[in-house]
Amino acid sequence: MSGDSVWVLGASMTRFARYPELDAFDLASQACLDAFADGGVGIHDMDVLAAGSLFQPPGFGQRLQKQIGQTGIPVYNVTNACATGATAIRVAYMSIKAGEAQMGLAVGVEQMGKMGLLAGKSRSERKVFEPTGRYEAVTSIDGILGTETMPGVFAQAGTGYAYENEGVGFEQFAKVAYKNHLHSTLNPLAQYQKEFSLEQIMGSPVQSYPNTTLMCCPTGDGAAAVVLVSEERLRSLPAEAQQRAVKISASVLTSDPWVESGQVQPDVNTLTRSAAAQAYEAAGVGPEDLDLVELHDCFATAELIHYDNLGLCEPGGAGDFIDSGAPFRDGRLPVNVSGGLISKGHPIGATGVANVYEVATHLRGEAGDRQIEGARVGLAHVIGLGSACGIHILEKAA
Amino acid sequence: MSDETSASQVPIVGYLQLGDDPHLRASECTDCGARYFDRRNACANCGGTGFSQVRVAGAGVLKAYSVVHNAAPGIPVPFVSAIVETEDGTSVRSNVVGLDDPMSAELGMRVQFTTYVCGTDDDGTECVAYGYASA
Repeated sequence: MSGDSVWVLGASMTRFARYPELDAFDLASQACLDAFADGGVGIHDMDVLAAGSLFQPPGFGQRLQKQIGQTGIPVYNVTNACATGATAIRVAYMSIKAGEAQMGLAVGVEQMGKMGLLAGKSRSERKVFEPTGRYEAVTSIDGILGTETMPGVFAQAGTGYAYENEGVGFEQFAKVAYKNHLHSTLNPLAQYQKEFSLEQIMGSPVQSYPNTTLMCCPTGDGAAAVVLVSEERLRSLPAEAQQRAVKISASVLTSDPWVESGQVQPDVNTLTRSAAAQAYEAAGVGPEDLDLVELHDCFATAELIHYDNLGLCEPGGAGDFIDSGAPFRDGRLPVNVSGGLISKGHPIGATGVANVYEVATHLRGEAGDRQIEGARVGLAHVIGLGSACGIHILEKAA
Repeated sequence: MSDETSASQVPIVGYLQLGDDPHLRASECTDCGARYFDRRNACANCGGTGFSQVRVAGAGVLKAYSVVHNAAPGIPVPFVSAIVETEDGTSVRSNVVGLDDPMSAELGMRVQFTTYVCGTDDDGTECVAYGYASA
């Protein structure tokens, strides 16, 4: 164990839900204060704050300080699509790695309400067709030159995988959603905690085939926070804190390299494969060493292709992987035992912190009814279109 | 194309070339051959700054798709959104048009570029879009 590791000292998340009576500061404050309590520390111990949110206005982090403590520390306001939360963690991580901070707070929050479909611009009746932008489009192209909706874009990512590989169809995608809804019944922090049959999932209204409504994540509200600490500072803390601390064995962020098709269909594969390779190398572990994985199942089609991108299955074998039952909580490699984005929810800025919370909670043996027994190593993955991919590999204290 | 040519027409996007022989036009990097449909300052693949205008093949294969049943207000559904790989290896996104049943779209189906009028503005100018029909 290297002496300059960064550790998770405290972690928390609010239940993901709809909180019309609260604002984003209420949610973020609750997550931060709970993470402090969990780590046995306070705002005055923090040397840096990274505040992630996609929809909050600039200066969110400083406004959050007014609620949890203005101590003059550097604040980084972070936005990086659906990888916002993971990026916030990485900002605090890098500050500690650089020796500028001994302890840091990373928080992710979103207050989305019933935002509904995340889509391209609605088509208003323009008075006059005039070319605008780099494509010189004279009107909104969504629905004419293909789809800009998230369920549709990720459906295309899934059918593109099905085109290249055997054994992948509507039923395999639906099984992913079946699993995650089932898993969520054990997670009191999940937005939804209801089991659905495969028939109900396949028969629910189609959003963008093959993604039906029950194969799409909901919008929602929530926050999650982690307190990170340097190894040196951790060793000065009480024994119990040291025993509960979880080591960050790898923290990786990638963007999408150029690929031929990238200008018309976001490539969510190459940057995930690159991030996974870097993370496994940094941590000195492989997919076979993982006890659980929380990955970015914004849609059922997305989870399936990430089995392959993260090396959880044989190359091209994602269909067989779900058919074999491997990613179920009693399977060979449990994936999204929290319920995943599909059922736990996806308040965008919070997601990348919440999945680190989930993995850390299992490694601590504190996940209650949904605990994966004996978990020692776990991986948390998020991806945001544009694109950004964040992967963290966590290990239980030796 | 519409049989009446009296109305003035504009392409929905700048890279759609109208006239007697409608086709897509791409900016091709003179160093590495990467193709772009929008205006670029430099090549995202190799950093080169030289581009030439090239014609994109009309025939292709459906390599990914989704049948979209829920879209933003004002957009007719269902429709088939597709990623087409043309014979010259260029990826294009558009709708598959002309299918009686959108769910009959299939991975690997051969398609052909086509154009059609998709709207008219207050001046009577027609907007021409492109799509792909089963070949």
